[in-house]
Amino acid sequence: MGNKQTIFTAQQLDAYQDCTYFTRKEILRLFYRYRDLAPQLVPLDYTNHPDVKLPYELIGSMPELKDNPFRQRIAEVFSEDGEGNMTLDDFLDMFSVLSEMAPRDLKAYYAFKIYDFNDDDFICKSDLEKTLNKLTRNELTEDEVKMVCEKVIDEADLDNDGRLSLEDFQHMINRAPDFLSTFHIRI
Amino acid sequence: MANGGNFSVNICEEDHDYENLGESGPSRDSFQVFKEPACNVRGNPEDIQMEMFTKNSDTSDSESTSSSKESSNVYRVRSLQRNNWSAATRRVLSSMPSRKTGLHSSAGMAVRARQTCALPKHQTSSCDSLHIPRATQADITSPEFEEISTEDEGNNLADSGLWCAETNKQQLVSDLRGVSEGEGMRKLRAMPLSLADKMEIRKHSFSPLAKNSVINRNVPCHNLPCMYLSRMWRHCRYTPRFSTSLKLWHSSMKKLSGRYGTGVLSYFTFLRTLLFINLLFFIITFLFLVLPQAIHPPPDSHRVSFSWIGLLTGIGYLSQSLMFYGYYSNITIKTTSITSVVPYCIPTAYVFTITMSFFIICIILVYSMSKSFGKSFQVFKSDGNLSENVFCSWDFKVTKKPSIRLQSEKISTRLKEQLSELTSGEEERTLVQLFRNFLVHVAAWFICLASIFFSALGIYLLSKKAISKMHQNLDLLFMAAVVSGFNLLLPGIFNFCAWMEKHNSPSTRIYVSIFRNLLLKICIIGVLCYHWLGKIAVEQDPQVSKCWENFVGQELYRLLLMDFIFTVLYTFLGEFVWRIFSQKILRKNRKPVFDIARNVLELVYGQTLTWLGVLFAPLLPAVQIVKLFVLFYMKKNSLMLNCQASKKPWRATHMTTVFITLLFFPSFLGAAVFVAYTVWIIKPPSECGPFRNLTNMLESVKLWAERMKDYHQILSWLIRAYNAFTDNPLFLFLPSGVFLLVIYFRIQVVDGQRRIIRRLEKQIDDEGKDKKFLITQLQYLYEENNPNSSHRHRGR
Repeated sequence: MGNKQTIFTAQQLDAYQDCTYFTRKEILRLFYRYRDLAPQLVPLDYTNHPDVKLPYELIGSMPELKDNPFRQRIAEVFSEDGEGNMTLDDFLDMFSVLSEMAPRDLKAYYAFKIYDFNDDDFICKSDLEKTLNKLTRNELTEDEVKMVCEKVIDEADLDNDGRLSLEDFQHMINRAPDFLSTFHIRI
Repeated sequence: MANGGNFSVNICEEDHDYENLGESGPSRDSFQVFKEPACNVRGNPEDIQMEMFTKNSDTSDSESTSSSKESSNVYRVRSLQRNNWSAATRRVLSSMPSRKTGLHSSAGMAVRARQTCALPKHQTSSCDSLHIPRATQADITSPEFEEISTEDEGNNLADSGLWCAETNKQQLVSDLRGVSEGEGMRKLRAMPLSLADKMEIRKHSFSPLAKNSVINRNVPCHNLPCMYLSRMWRHCRYTPRFSTSLKLWHSSMKKLSGRYGTGVLSYFTFLRTLLFINLLFFIITFLFLVLPQAIHPPPDSHRVSFSWIGLLTGIGYLSQSLMFYGYYSNITIKTTSITSVVPYCIPTAYVFTITMSFFIICIILVYSMSKSFGKSFQVFKSDGNLSENVFCSWDFKVTKKPSIRLQSEKISTRLKEQLSELTSGEEERTLVQLFRNFLVHVAAWFICLASIFFSALGIYLLSKKAISKMHQNLDLLFMAAVVSGFNLLLPGIFNFCAWMEKHNSPSTRIYVSIFRNLLLKICIIGVLCYHWLGKIAVEQDPQVSKCWENFVGQELYRLLLMDFIFTVLYTFLGEFVWRIFSQKILRKNRKPVFDIARNVLELVYGQTLTWLGVLFAPLLPAVQIVKLFVLFYMKKNSLMLNCQASKKPWRATHMTTVFITLLFFPSFLGAAVFVAYTVWIIKPPSECGPFRNLTNMLESVKLWAERMKDYHQILSWLIRAYNAFTDNPLFLFLPSGVFLLVIYFRIQVVDGQRRIIRRLEKQIDDEGKDKKFLITQLQYLYEENNPNSSHRHRGR
């Protein structure tokens, strides 16, 4: 495990290590996973910060995300342009937040953004409906969906504005110990 | 102002009608409204002061409209939408406490940095201070931003936005600079910013570290290992994650979690934890006990020929080997160079090694128990909380398509169940039904307890009989087989009883079944321990007392082996053959489900046997390690081939805490008590083992201490302190008293925090109601005073 790798400079690796929850080995492994998605697009030399963005279709075809109903939202939330096209930084950031080590608040923040389909910093009723339909693959009837949405907003909305803000969401997440283990992707 | 009385607010649509306020506000005379400040908006929202003034001269108008309001239909105000608020309303909102508290957290700052930067991006399309990766591009076209930008304050807000972003970034950087490196690193990682932003902040806050890599530093580091070590050391200091560096079985567990989810994964994680605990135990005993004895074999050992049956039963070859207690001698090693200075006394090493290992394992278990308690402790009981089910139940680890489908089904079933519970309410039960339920419960418990009692009795009688059959080889295995057989059969009876009882909630069912299994295992082990310690060690049965520790060690070894063999048989027969049977003959497509609770209890039982036996067979942890290793692969393959994921919900974090607690409380503490009792009270036999001719095992330590006193100053002082400790009965009571006191304080603290949280929740609720009322009033007055602007809003 010497210093033979020439993909990143030592400073870059240090910076990545300090800013994510990964070790050097894991960062290199993730780089290879990123590169495997499109070997002709991703150069083997990142020392001069090449501007390479992989389109969403490639990211969404990863085995960890392929069948996940929220994969599009996940890619959109973590990508720079908001469309799902990810640079290596975005890729590392995504898996760092979804790793085991990330703290609850950080995960709650990004989970909130994932479930916020219209990007207005609030989970309103339409966001909830979309979430439910994705969760249950449209198996619930419309009435049931409406009832569930109402009940969820009743339960979780603390400041009574009819939709969930980040604080409401985080408060609800704090009551759910399983969140840390379910909001986790192994890579 | 006839139209002022009607305003409705809709949830997320562009409809601009206002609903009536049905709430009765305070009387008009004392009514106070927040006035729109005359000055421009500038700077941070929290600097804005709210001014209060008393009602203006439109009292009469308001009164008339209020009466018309109250007399019209009452609609509940469903929500308040930002789109149509006046600037004053927005300012009021932003200065409410619930909005302010978020400002000081890094998440809040990041959110604000993003938001305020998003505005000028729309206008000026450049925001150099913070690179905005996650800008809400969609917002640019939303009506909200159009509104803001077209108002007078638009430009001011843009400038203030840039200024806000700068100050936020500086605030983040100064935040990090002010704390220690490790803490700063932790904070940096936990910030919800993009990686590029974090790297920039890191550059500014941790300049010495960031700018100089080891290569550029002037201090020469001649060789690669030195560089590598220093970098690794720095990383290790700031990220205490030793468990993940042990990547054993990483890819297998990933495959398993992809197919079966977190519940089944928790079983395998538990198995891995047990493996590491046993490995630690084994390493300590090996280094300090087995190795010295192996290097200096006792003089009176005679070899017996090896046989495979001997391997199974533990007698013969194995009984004369390092495996069992009888082999160890009471010699003191003085031959090597180190030990000629401080002689290595095997009996003392025996006692110390075992005691120290137990102590270390105790600390590890208590630590992991407290950590997982912290993770899973719920201040509020949220069993079946609907919002939790919606947001926290999707397991992102599951990757296989059929499992994902199954997961969706599971979630939708649970949601439907919860909905039906909510809508239908409690069923009405007649007295007859209640009575019948009660009878069923009593019958089920009676069956379970009776079966446990009879199995314990059977084992007791069998064990008394087994002594007479000492030297017949395969018969020795009979009792171990009977114990394992009971362990296998009785849970089936418990499952049947549980099916008969039909508990209301699945978690009750799980707890009841865990309790019954636990009771069975405690009874069996308790009977065996009583038999060993109470009868064998005390009675002077000539056949046994020659070396009763050997006998007990062999019994435990046999129990462990039989348990393993029976598990293999059950996995093969119970899962593989059953699957083939049900598919080919019964033509059902349902595969059996992996029973997590039962398998974990099996693991705990095996571990208890190991801990009980380690005093009599120091190499037993090695056997357990091999067993766990093989068990992992066997269970994994059986799972992949034969089982399907369960449809019932399983709260993994909560259950993991329960399992670790079970590992500690009955299992480890019981074994520790057993070992302590043996070491302290029981008289070792006079013919074998390292403690011959002593009254109890601890005496060897005392003798050794006496001898050591002459060797070294510090040692004699230590020994005097140790004697003072152990001779005084206060030694036992003082630490346990302190321990209980600490626990009591922690419980009180948690209770107090729980009460505070409840009070704060109530406050937030009240504030929400206040806000709802005030905002709608404010908006109403604004609309009243500026009918033009309201028309302009409605025109969109």
